[in-house]
Amino acid sequence: MSIAAPTAKPVREIREITAWDRLKVNKNWLGAWFMLPAAAFLILFLAYPLGLGVWLSFTDARLGRDGVFVGVENYIYLWEDSVFWLSVFNTILYTGVASIIKFAIGLYLALLLNENLPFKAIIRAIVLIPFIVPTVLSAIAFWWLFDPQFSIISWSLKQMGLITQNIDFLGDVWNARWSVIFANIWRGVPFVAITLLAGLQTVSPSLYEAATIDGASTWQRFRFITYPLLTPIIAVVMTFSVLFTFTDFQLIWVMTRGGPVNATHLMATLSYQRAIMSGYLGEGAAISTAMIPFLLAAIMVSWFGLQRRKWQQGGDND
Amino acid sequence: MTDALAQKAGDPRGTLAGTADHSEGMSYLHSLPRRLVTLYLPLGLILVVLLFPFYWMALTSVKPDAQLLDMDTYSPFWTWSPTLKHITKLLFETEYPVWLWNTMLVATCATALSIFASVLAAYALVRLRFKGSTVAGGLIFLAYLVPPSILFIPLSTVVFQYGLFDTPFALILTYPTILIPFSTWLLMGYFKTIPFELEECALMDGASRWQILIKIILPLAVPGLISAFIFCFTLCWNEFIYALTFISTTSYKTVPVAIVTALVDGDVYRWGSLMAGAMIGSLPLVVLYAFFVEHYVSAMTGAVKE
Repeated sequence: MSIAAPTAKPVREIREITAWDRLKVNKNWLGAWFMLPAAAFLILFLAYPLGLGVWLSFTDARLGRDGVFVGVENYIYLWEDSVFWLSVFNTILYTGVASIIKFAIGLYLALLLNENLPFKAIIRAIVLIPFIVPTVLSAIAFWWLFDPQFSIISWSLKQMGLITQNIDFLGDVWNARWSVIFANIWRGVPFVAITLLAGLQTVSPSLYEAATIDGASTWQRFRFITYPLLTPIIAVVMTFSVLFTFTDFQLIWVMTRGGPVNATHLMATLSYQRAIMSGYLGEGAAISTAMIPFLLAAIMVSWFGLQRRKWQQGGDND
Repeated sequence: MTDALAQKAGDPRGTLAGTADHSEGMSYLHSLPRRLVTLYLPLGLILVVLLFPFYWMALTSVKPDAQLLDMDTYSPFWTWSPTLKHITKLLFETEYPVWLWNTMLVATCATALSIFASVLAAYALVRLRFKGSTVAGGLIFLAYLVPPSILFIPLSTVVFQYGLFDTPFALILTYPTILIPFSTWLLMGYFKTIPFELEECALMDGASRWQILIKIILPLAVPGLISAFIFCFTLCWNEFIYALTFISTTSYKTVPVAIVTALVDGDVYRWGSLMAGAMIGSLPLVVLYAFFVEHYVSAMTGAVKE
């Protein structure tokens, strides 16, 4: 009878490393599992619909009915549709004007907020409120401010004696366009201002001091110090601003629903009207798909147009 | 540049204080009258324009109907006889509390799902560096650039196919597509700032990747998680086009959609209730924002600079 191996202090047997053990620490295998939830959402509800949208635009699908392939018929129809071209014009006008003014006022506001101010933190917090409040809810407030009969703006101007009749803010073609553009600027300025302010705060004050000693004027300090150092963040902010303005839906839908006589229809609102309200899914999808090249062009312009001086501050850091 | 910004995101107060001290050094050059014209006046003007719609919203929601429409007898800018009539009408005679609850439910669930998915994805992209992680990170960033107003038409057919149409799940499952790209990028930025050595120590001690994530990374990334949570929650609350398209039953609607579709009923005296609805609908976000301003700002600027 042989004595068994001492059991008091069992030596843990070194197992053969199995394929499973190797797999458990394999980066690719683990990475795949970690990515799974995010990938599932993005594939099922983003990538697949994006492809489906392009496919739908080549069919005559209606709401509740699968379509058959009709080639570029929807696009030919849109090409000859003056309302579609009007919406393209409106979208470009809306995006162009609103983005430029948002940038100008936002940068100005950021520069003001970067000054040495009492209650700086509170003022900064207040500035961002229009961005926090849901767009639809502030759009409703604007709808009331732009009411044809009871607008406080008309009332004030009348009291000041500047106008004699109420302004029909949302009923007249150009008034409506400027009104929605104003509401969009109002909502977008805080975002631009606060993000640019974050960029401004990284600019070293000693640069300004040095420039001042060298006799630089305020404008020169802005033009040759602030602006070049801010360029990368301006590019990003404006790209996002253009993107969100171009695809805006909420403001228009709440304030005008595309009216009067389609004067404020953006491509997004037109596609909603055609696809969901009238039920022509194929046509609506074609409008959405037609937005993609415009959108890419807008992003390219704001990205590369503003980004090109990146090398000046040692570009490969980004 | 980016590194400096990242540092600032971690400690916004500290840097701010530093900058403020420096800029005081230059601002003695400006006299008070000069500052009044170049700084306080334009700033005040912008602030008034930015805040006036909210003042008007609040004022309208407590003004009696008679004063709302008669602007000549009463000064429209103030009221001496505030009434809660509009607010009580809204809360007790409409389905407003249900809509508020729906919004809260959808926003919370969608945010929780997105944060869960984003934490895993961000950790994998930053620390596991698996094959193709750079490409995956790029794709997620591209997903951020796909706007909902391009997607809603095909997505409505997809939602219908999956049998989700007109249920809260239609929103809970589609909102993460807007939130995940954003919060993943935000969290990646935070995870990058956590020292690699901590993780190596834990690996030596035999921790699994999952344990490292739960016990080391997440506790250190709490500010980032709060930022991501608040920003996602706000985005959910703000979302309109999906909720408008995918929900048709009034009692499943979210606040923004319900106000636009159900409350605008053509009644002449609707303004008081409408403004009360808009005000109460924004209050939860404003309160949340007031508590976490710094987190919110760092989320916003963080997402932009990454």
